[in-house]
Amino acid sequence: MDDAMPKWADIILVPVINIIIALFFAGLVVFAINEDPVEAIRTMITGALSSTYGWGYTLYYATNFIFTGLAVSVAFHARMFNIGGEGQAMLGGLGVALVCLALPWPHWSLALPAALFGGAMFGALWALIPAYLQAARGSHIVITTIMFNFIAFSVLNFLLVEVLKPAGQMDPATPRFPEGAALPRIGEILSGFGIPFSSAPPLNISFFVAIGACVLVWLLLWRTRLGYEIRAFGHSESAAVYAGISPFKIIMVSMLISGGLAGAMAINNVMGEAGRLVMNAVEGAGFIGIAVALIGRSHPFGVFLAAILFGFLYQGGAELGLWTNISRELVIVIQGLVILFAGALDGMVRMPLERAFLRARKRREAEAARLEAAE
Amino acid sequence: MIDVLIPVLDSTIRLAAPLLFACLAGLFSERAGIFDIGLEGKMLAAAFFAAAISAITGSVWIGLLAGIASAMVLSAIHGIASITFRGNQLISGVAINFLASGLTVLIAQAWFQQGARTPALSGPAKFNEITLPFADALRDVPFFGPIYADLISGHTILVYVAFACVPLSWWILFRTRFGLRLRAVGENPAAVDTAGISVIWLRFAAVGICGILCGLAGAYLSTGFQAGFVKEMSAGRGYIALAALIFAKWRPWYALYATLLFGFLQAMSLRPDVVELIVQVRVPVQFLDALPYILTVVILAGFVGKAIPPKAGGEPYVKER
Repeated sequence: MDDAMPKWADIILVPVINIIIALFFAGLVVFAINEDPVEAIRTMITGALSSTYGWGYTLYYATNFIFTGLAVSVAFHARMFNIGGEGQAMLGGLGVALVCLALPWPHWSLALPAALFGGAMFGALWALIPAYLQAARGSHIVITTIMFNFIAFSVLNFLLVEVLKPAGQMDPATPRFPEGAALPRIGEILSGFGIPFSSAPPLNISFFVAIGACVLVWLLLWRTRLGYEIRAFGHSESAAVYAGISPFKIIMVSMLISGGLAGAMAINNVMGEAGRLVMNAVEGAGFIGIAVALIGRSHPFGVFLAAILFGFLYQGGAELGLWTNISRELVIVIQGLVILFAGALDGMVRMPLERAFLRARKRREAEAARLEAAE
Repeated sequence: MIDVLIPVLDSTIRLAAPLLFACLAGLFSERAGIFDIGLEGKMLAAAFFAAAISAITGSVWIGLLAGIASAMVLSAIHGIASITFRGNQLISGVAINFLASGLTVLIAQAWFQQGARTPALSGPAKFNEITLPFADALRDVPFFGPIYADLISGHTILVYVAFACVPLSWWILFRTRFGLRLRAVGENPAAVDTAGISVIWLRFAAVGICGILCGLAGAYLSTGFQAGFVKEMSAGRGYIALAALIFAKWRPWYALYATLLFGFLQAMSLRPDVVELIVQVRVPVQFLDALPYILTVVILAGFVGKAIPPKAGGEPYVKER
């Protein structure tokens, strides 16, 4: 049934239909609480896309989601469901914070690579134990990564309250990072070139790092031997083993890359936005990565587009909370609906579509055969 | 010592009850081969609707029914996705958790405008504590008196229901024909199908029971344990229940012990002073919070007794292969 649908239908039509169904149900929910869905959409578009301020926030959130979306995608390619992006991103924040606080950084161009390395290392480290337990002992990766999310929360809570918090400060957070570790904001850069772009939103240079990560993940998955092995393992474990691919190695490597990508997110939210590490810095971005990977069909370009869509939903949702009686949690409902329809109920959309395309093709073939016979 | 321990054990029982409901819910579902990481979402939805409908109608029993109904609706979605459309059960569970998390806040805000809360419940709109017969008369009996009067007596009806569900679940699963079939469908659905019994029906029945129990768990949180709904009030209990289920190796009596243990750990993290009194060193609260999850990972790693899940768990059943 693999060739039942043309490729464009699989990568564009199905996700678009999934999004439309999810938004339709979200509209019903809005309608059910006596609000106007059309007005809601208008508020979201105005708030997220009609100004450079709105775009700045949309792309800032999208940067987070690109990292976590890629993280989930890489694991998906090895047929593993990494639910632990949230915890891995939390620990990534710890890595970034430790690097930023370790030295009086003279310039961001030196601090960024080091912080990126620190965040990715800590994220990968947090994925290491679940990966090892899956690879060596067969413990289900979904359950262990869920447990590690909670453990991450406790670890971070402990470190922020008891260790990293400066004396005399009330809220559990690290001290501010040095000036030299502050990432330039896109608004400031563009203003330097005379392009007017609001510098209020926290959109920063990490956005380009995220795009770079998309390119690297694409190269890894489709242009290297390791990527081939990951995808082969994901398609059929037994075939991969027969071809001499070690399941242990693939599970470990793909989970470490996945954790590293989730951890790398911290350069955006911790280093680029807050300038210090606070509790709840991740704000659910690790989980949104699941929806982003599903809608993006686990392809880096798809992830990029889906992340921008969710960035829009996130920023638009915040505007809803400000200007209407609809709380911003509508976005979580949409997120749930997207995961439901694009993930769990994928067959509901796909099966009728496949049948329709098969029918259309049979009709075309019959037509061709008839014309041939007539000649 | 007993004066310190009884309040801690008392709150252990209160904290274990919702875990026990949810753990047994997961037990029925997973024994039938349907993984359910949506326990958390179902509890949360039930907690909200139980409190909201209790607040509106003034009757906690109508609220309880509404809570169970809301959890059943989410169960039905999970069933349709994972049984009918053979979708990924884990992804479906994740979706349900987000749906519940978002919808409860959205609806709470629209209905009550109190910052995603329901009004505080009182009187007949909540489950009140029951004093068992002779509790006050027996209080002065040494040792057993306080245990009976302060520990066993004085809980809401749902706590007793939770503990009664353990033998009931055991009896259903291990002493009835339905239970045998339900367990079989989680181990070898093809054999059940060959015997002429509907795999689909059995799995939907299990998911339905799971919904009822999650409904009880959630309703208990908002109408018994606390008086009203607050945002995210399930607070990860669905996941702790999942951990307890693994800890219990998918058995009802072990589920009781596992949830009591995890309830005890939760009670301890509320009373760090008692912990310090017992172990003589200061233990970080965060460590106690994380302990259920750490223990579960250790169990999952298979170093301390192996937890073997039902064989056909997580796999949709396809007829006529």
